[in-house]
Amino acid sequence: MVKQLTVFLENSPGRLAGLTRVLGDAGVNMRALMVADTAEFGVVRIICDRPETARRALESAGFGVSVTEILAVEVPDRPGGLADILEALGAVGINVEYAYCYVEPGGQAAIDVFRVEEPGRATSVLLEAGIRVLGPDDVYPAGS
Amino acid sequence: MFQPEYEAMERPELEALQLERLNSLLARVYENVPLYRTKFDGAGVRPKVASLGELADLPFTVKDDLRSAYPYGMFAVPLRDIVRVHSSSGTTGQITVVGYTKGDIERWADMMARTIACAGGSADDIVQVTYGYGLFTGGLGVHYGSERLGCVTIPISGGNTKRQVQVMKDFGTTILACTPSYAILIAETAAEMGIDPRSLPLKAGIFGAEPWSDNMRRQIEEMLDITAIDIYGLSEVLGPGVASECACQCGLHVNEDHFIIEIVDPATLQPVPDGERGEVVFTTLTKEGIPVIRYRTRDISRLIPGQCACGRTFRRMERVTGRTDDMLIIRGVNVFPSQIEQVLAGIPGVAPHYQVVLSKRGSMDHVEVHVEVGPDVPFDEIKTLERLRGRVAAEIASALAVSIAVKLVEPKSIQRSEGKARRVLDTRGEGGA
Repeated sequence: MVKQLTVFLENSPGRLAGLTRVLGDAGVNMRALMVADTAEFGVVRIICDRPETARRALESAGFGVSVTEILAVEVPDRPGGLADILEALGAVGINVEYAYCYVEPGGQAAIDVFRVEEPGRATSVLLEAGIRVLGPDDVYPAGS
Repeated sequence: MFQPEYEAMERPELEALQLERLNSLLARVYENVPLYRTKFDGAGVRPKVASLGELADLPFTVKDDLRSAYPYGMFAVPLRDIVRVHSSSGTTGQITVVGYTKGDIERWADMMARTIACAGGSADDIVQVTYGYGLFTGGLGVHYGSERLGCVTIPISGGNTKRQVQVMKDFGTTILACTPSYAILIAETAAEMGIDPRSLPLKAGIFGAEPWSDNMRRQIEEMLDITAIDIYGLSEVLGPGVASECACQCGLHVNEDHFIIEIVDPATLQPVPDGERGEVVFTTLTKEGIPVIRYRTRDISRLIPGQCACGRTFRRMERVTGRTDDMLIIRGVNVFPSQIEQVLAGIPGVAPHYQVVLSKRGSMDHVEVHVEVGPDVPFDEIKTLERLRGRVAAEIASALAVSIAVKLVEPKSIQRSEGKARRVLDTRGEGGA
């Protein structure tokens, strides 16, 4: 399981810029950023190298932040790679709330991030299916 | 009960007393206060009523009447009969002066003694009076009532919180009289001094002079391990002691042998049916120095139907939930921001901080309630937020009988205020968005 920051944002000009500037000033490097928006507000999800530092920086700058444990898996770089993973989850009745993708700094593998209802069971299902599930050390350095 | 012969009087007997006192009052003010003579003559009414219901035919008195009569123009007795003056704080305009005769001070002490007894006080208690002494009515008002009841009275006045805690501990204070927000500061200060606030000998607090909520009451009761009682008063009518909760904590008993309370619609000024919210209006039956007829307090409350379990027959007003200055009319329905606050207090996941925003959409007025997402909401999922917004909108619609758009905003994005929070933001005059 990997830590993801979720920030609640009003849908107004400059808010996202302000958020990313706070992270930049705190020396936080982002791996992935995804914005889910509705008409009035947005939810920004961030994977970064130092989630706790990022959380503290954002909170002291007045942002509403929560830390969510999400499932990060390495997706085989071939057609149907992602479909295999989703089918494995669907077959045992695990629903995916949301998902997004990013590429490792080395550029070799795609990483898919899932929010599922039963992360524990999903992890075992994926491991059994031979999928590589990432831990914190794979995404950000230990101790951060 | 300090004066059960009045506080538990049978209603018909009480109403007969009120009518007798009302007619005596009307004759006095018509004779002695030029403003009332002018008002009554102008409205074509005589200073006499055949029933309490006819009070509703008489003109109102407003704060501006007191301002324009500054300083002594509305006194109903010569200055030689006045023994004390107090003054309102003047935060919303020019200050006003109120005068008390010896008899007024006596009756005020009785009413305040009733209030302390309402909180469970007796001659065995030690009362720390942390309301300010001076032109403000709070300090001296509570002081005289405490002495009248026979309590040990500590006239410490406000300020120097560490000393308040030390005195409380050393003198063995059992009843604290102050504003609710100061009670919280006292508890926090005690903890900082290494004194467990719950270990203090305090058993009750009589809190007033500023609006507070039931959540705040529970917080104070928990922090100090006491019963927290809401008291109500205003200098134009008396000072503290106009109304007080009893141990039931289910509304504030109005001292109806000395006051008539009415609730009117602040827009139409017509009396509202019993139990409905509106502006509180007081007539002072026994005041000699500066009596008022149908004084509009601008405070919003309602009368609570039914009789209280404590045995007092005086009717109860609900905790004041707002000011008429804040009232909005939304599609014909009177809405007080405090009603929205009550709804929000019952919904987990939203902060009690909100703002009502008025704007123009084309030629139409648009009303929107901005509500802060609480710090504990798992807002990672959009559907959680949408559900939350739907619930807030539905509960507001059901409580207010009018539907209002709800917008969730970021935690801590609504401006905090030390004093009166600004609950209504009107952007209709600003053009553009």
